[in-house]
Amino acid sequence: MIVGDLSRRELGKRLAGDGLALQLGPFNLTIRSNLDSFASLAHQLYEPYPLPDAEAISDFHVQISAPRGLRRWVRRQACFGVDGQFPFAPYTVEHAFPALEWGINWCVATRAHHLLLLHSAGVERNGRAILFPASPGHGKSTLCTALVHSGWRLLSDEFGVVRPEDGLLLPLPRLIPLKNESIEVIRKFRPEAIIGPSFLETRKGTVAHVQPPVNSIRRAQEPARPRWFVFPRWVADAPLTLEPIPKSQAFLMVATNAFNYEVLDEIAFRLVTEMVRSCDSYSLIYSDLDEAVSALDELSRTDDV
Amino acid sequence: MFRAACETRRAQRLLLEALQEPEKLPGLPPADWELLLRVARRVRVLGRLESDLERAGLLEEIPERAAAHLRAARNVISHRNTLISWEVNRLLWALKGIDVPLILLKGTAYLLAELSPARGRIFADVDLLVPERRIGEIEERLVERGWFKTQIDPYDDRYYRVWMHEIPPLRHRERGTEIDIHHRLLPKTSHLKSDPESLFTAARPLADPQLHMLAPADMVLHALVHLFLEGDPDEGLRLRDLIDVHDLLCRFGEEPGFWSDLGPRARALGFERPLFYGLHHVQRLFGTPIPPDVLRGLEDAAPVWPIRQLMNRLIPLALLPGHPDYPSRWASVARWLIYVRAHWLRMPPGLLAKHLSHKAWLRFRGFRRRVDLAQLDLKQQ
Repeated sequence: MIVGDLSRRELGKRLAGDGLALQLGPFNLTIRSNLDSFASLAHQLYEPYPLPDAEAISDFHVQISAPRGLRRWVRRQACFGVDGQFPFAPYTVEHAFPALEWGINWCVATRAHHLLLLHSAGVERNGRAILFPASPGHGKSTLCTALVHSGWRLLSDEFGVVRPEDGLLLPLPRLIPLKNESIEVIRKFRPEAIIGPSFLETRKGTVAHVQPPVNSIRRAQEPARPRWFVFPRWVADAPLTLEPIPKSQAFLMVATNAFNYEVLDEIAFRLVTEMVRSCDSYSLIYSDLDEAVSALDELSRTDDV
Repeated sequence: MFRAACETRRAQRLLLEALQEPEKLPGLPPADWELLLRVARRVRVLGRLESDLERAGLLEEIPERAAAHLRAARNVISHRNTLISWEVNRLLWALKGIDVPLILLKGTAYLLAELSPARGRIFADVDLLVPERRIGEIEERLVERGWFKTQIDPYDDRYYRVWMHEIPPLRHRERGTEIDIHHRLLPKTSHLKSDPESLFTAARPLADPQLHMLAPADMVLHALVHLFLEGDPDEGLRLRDLIDVHDLLCRFGEEPGFWSDLGPRARALGFERPLFYGLHHVQRLFGTPIPPDVLRGLEDAAPVWPIRQLMNRLIPLALLPGHPDYPSRWASVARWLIYVRAHWLRMPPGLLAKHLSHKAWLRFRGFRRRVDLAQLDLKQQ
């Protein structure tokens, strides 16, 4: 069963009642909200996401709701809550949707320490995955969005989720938040991409969410083996370069671009060492998405021979 | 309303039964696991449950999704243990040449002395007790060697230096770990008299000759004083601290002379009332084995009947977490009353009024200036 099987009314009822249960890759979520505007957007953008079994344990209980008491009448606000705690200052009600999306990422980053969480986008094709470890602003979400609309499967645009038991990547195919200019870039690149409304003046500028291709969401329980590390950097008007980099350098760049490398200590060191040893690492500088996508297609084809 | 009360009771029952009889956890239905994980996270005992199940060899017998949460807690805990042990190591290096006894307090002591409360417990920072007259020298040396005084406003600095039992925390420039340096167990302004001298003479040495831990009775009393007198209006009384007391009593209760020593020691330090409450509630919640004559001997430390009845209601309300989806107004009131009581015992009324109004003002201002983590990158948390 998927969210799309629920009527808009039923979805609203669940959100306002005991919560809407969602399956997001390795995590089960329960979302509550008493905001009607949120329910409409959720119905539209979460449409292809599966619901977990009725018996399944929910990992995170999140909510995006109007504040309690007097404040709800003073200013129209939305508060992000997890397990009845409200860790952040309230958002304006118009930003409820991006606030919840961001809050879910926060839950993953601060709680899922049974997994190694690299700060990295990831895509897969033919059982082999590329990881794009990078700091924000290097264009990893944009590049990742372009790739998943060009035949690659989305693992995640933000988290390289590594399972310590076997070193495989667990998909977490969430909505991809594009920022500012990237939104137009993707609209031009793939006019058929499903993009939600633009939220203006959020804490990260203008944000709009891309729905990953249905196939990526359906295959969210299929892990992938890492094969390449590509460190992307978008530079205006730069000619495309895709060059191998030494493993020592790749190791440092992966280990320092992680959410919980320190927390996992020796486990993390072993995992990253093994990944860097078995993957080829490249540095990618690009200005044009089409060029970048064909260079990466080419890279994966050389591996097929 | 009725449902809220039922759900709250269900959450608390699940938590207490999990702590008392972890061997029954494999039979728990998924819906109960889900609620248990939420309340256990709230009171920071996920690591404790993991450790209990691990000891019983039952980690494989519980739902995988629940086991994943417990593994995550264990990974965080072992990371914190490494940080705290290393921080103590660096502290010894920094203080080399200064001949002063360092008494490790609370979690730091449990960890370094390998005491049972250390099992599955999360450690925040390093707590030390040193003689008050040596504080200047120690603080100066640590600042020379990489620690800095955390930025606090002049009011807070004065609050610490003039009234408190500890100095403002020092933080290491690169590692970010905090050290709290105490010179007594309670604020100077407290009604409860507490002479720190005898703590030093009774302290026991650890493996490193410069490191010590409090004597068993003192350690139990400190855990109790910390529980009842250092509250937080939102968090209430920390259940985690009462579990420490349970563990310490189980561990030291087997040592000869411990029980006969405890009551008199509490009276000498002026801590008989916290001991009375502590023993009563730890036995009620965790069934701690306490010799009946120890409890009888403390009867005269009980407050007058109405107060006693009131505290018997308030303490469990403030200790046990509510249901995350059904916050209880009564529990919030109880937590607030316990917080005010703690402050009442910490300082005289005039000072208390002044201090609480200052805090209220800060909270009022802070409401609008609450740190907006959402502006930070996810990675920085």
